[in-house]
Amino acid sequence: MSDNILVTTLDEALRWGTGKSLWPFTFGLACCALEMMSAMGSDYDWARFGSDVFRDSPRHSDLMIVSGTVTKKMAPRIRRLYDQMAFPKFVISMGACASAGGPYVRGYSVVDGVDQVVPVDVYIYGCPPRPESLIKALKLLQDRIADGKVKH
Amino acid sequence: MQDKIVEVNFGPQHPSTHGVLRVKVKLDGEVIVDAQPVIGYLHRNAEKLSEMGYYPKAQIYVDRLDYAAALNMELGFVLSAEKLMDIQVPDRALWIRMMMVELNRIASHFIWLGTHGLDMGMLSPFFYCFREREKVFRILDEITGSRLLYNYFAIGGVYSDVTPKSLEMIKTWLSDFDKNLTEIENIFKKSYIYVARTRGTGKLSLDDTISYGVTGPMLRAAGKKWDLRKNRPYLHYDQINFDVPSQQAGDVYARMLVRIEEMHQSARIVAQVLEKLPAGDFYNKKYSKPMLVRIKATGESYIPTESPKGEFGIYLVGDGSAIPYRFRIRSPSFANLSAAPAMLIGYKIADMTATLSSMDPVFGEVDR
Repeated sequence: MSDNILVTTLDEALRWGTGKSLWPFTFGLACCALEMMSAMGSDYDWARFGSDVFRDSPRHSDLMIVSGTVTKKMAPRIRRLYDQMAFPKFVISMGACASAGGPYVRGYSVVDGVDQVVPVDVYIYGCPPRPESLIKALKLLQDRIADGKVKH
Repeated sequence: MQDKIVEVNFGPQHPSTHGVLRVKVKLDGEVIVDAQPVIGYLHRNAEKLSEMGYYPKAQIYVDRLDYAAALNMELGFVLSAEKLMDIQVPDRALWIRMMMVELNRIASHFIWLGTHGLDMGMLSPFFYCFREREKVFRILDEITGSRLLYNYFAIGGVYSDVTPKSLEMIKTWLSDFDKNLTEIENIFKKSYIYVARTRGTGKLSLDDTISYGVTGPMLRAAGKKWDLRKNRPYLHYDQINFDVPSQQAGDVYARMLVRIEEMHQSARIVAQVLEKLPAGDFYNKKYSKPMLVRIKATGESYIPTESPKGEFGIYLVGDGSAIPYRFRIRSPSFANLSAAPAMLIGYKIADMTATLSSMDPVFGEVDR
């Protein structure tokens, strides 16, 4: 009998479900966006890991992948798009530029790190990171959601 | 009924802007009466940062200009720098460069074709194109060790030689490339909706094209057979056979045809390079990597090259130090985008995504 009954709390089930059904936001900024597209493309196909469809509207999506250099002109727009997303929402900072300014950190128009604008859950290094890194970040984020260790 | 002009903001976040373009559109009903592109959302000071370091260090910023075709950007830089510093390049390196540039052109056009399909409401070409593009990337990965941004060309040659394994990979890839591309081409050509949405959309006449400084596939789609590889040959383009495709219509459909034919021609060039690849050094032994940062240069140089988007070149001015005095980037996407109002005004708002995506703007290059 006990083999057929799964005992869990509602919170745990909810977190498990949230992590396995992330809908990313189609939001390309720079070079990393091409690797993000590769990750959703044929060879890497990250729909296998439960992050199924890229949505074009912030209101439909719950995962923002900041893929590229964040400029001072774009930063307020990123915040605004983040605010438009519905809870629960998560942010992956993809690549050196989004995480810390990357090679452009000395530039006058570049924000050194998107974490000054929105709270970031997972950072990926690389310039640009390979699609495998992005998939790894997704898995990491899913684990964190399951453990309840995410920022909002 | 009274005429009322409605202002609509398109972007900077929109799935069909291919980056961070914003267009301020004024609409009279469904018809566009005014469209002004607003750029600068990816301005990351590539020119000024390049002027802060030694010549070879500028190459990482050059890579990130048109990130869809990084090797084409590097070529424009190394050719200019070699002319400025008066450095000879071994023959083998020139042929390797030519092969790599054409491979990257194919990868860049695949991205364009896939995303253009997405913009036109077709999801399947995207997956077909990315399947083919990954094959090219595996070859580039084998040779350069990197997938998207390579830093592979060096002043005086290339950083590493092509391996026999990579040449085999290219041969295998070439054997079914034309067949696979024709398959993708047919998805576009045989789609009634695609043809109906793109024929006669986003027209730009030849005179307008020239006066806006539009180059590359958009110029060839408007009827002018102008290709810098043919008209002002650099590397060894004068020693191989290839055709310059052109169309007369100047609309979105013509641009698609030109780009697809260009991919066929690029594959032809790669096949010829494989036959003609000479033995020898792959970089100038006089200039090792640590040497390069010490080279001082005086004068100015500019060599225009045909990048997948159009004429690309870097105007370098040296003041006798090891750091460039002026690093001016002539980027094709910026000039092409300036023609956007001429292509949009008078058409319906639904044609806008087709027209904007047919320009193939890459914002690393537009905003620099």
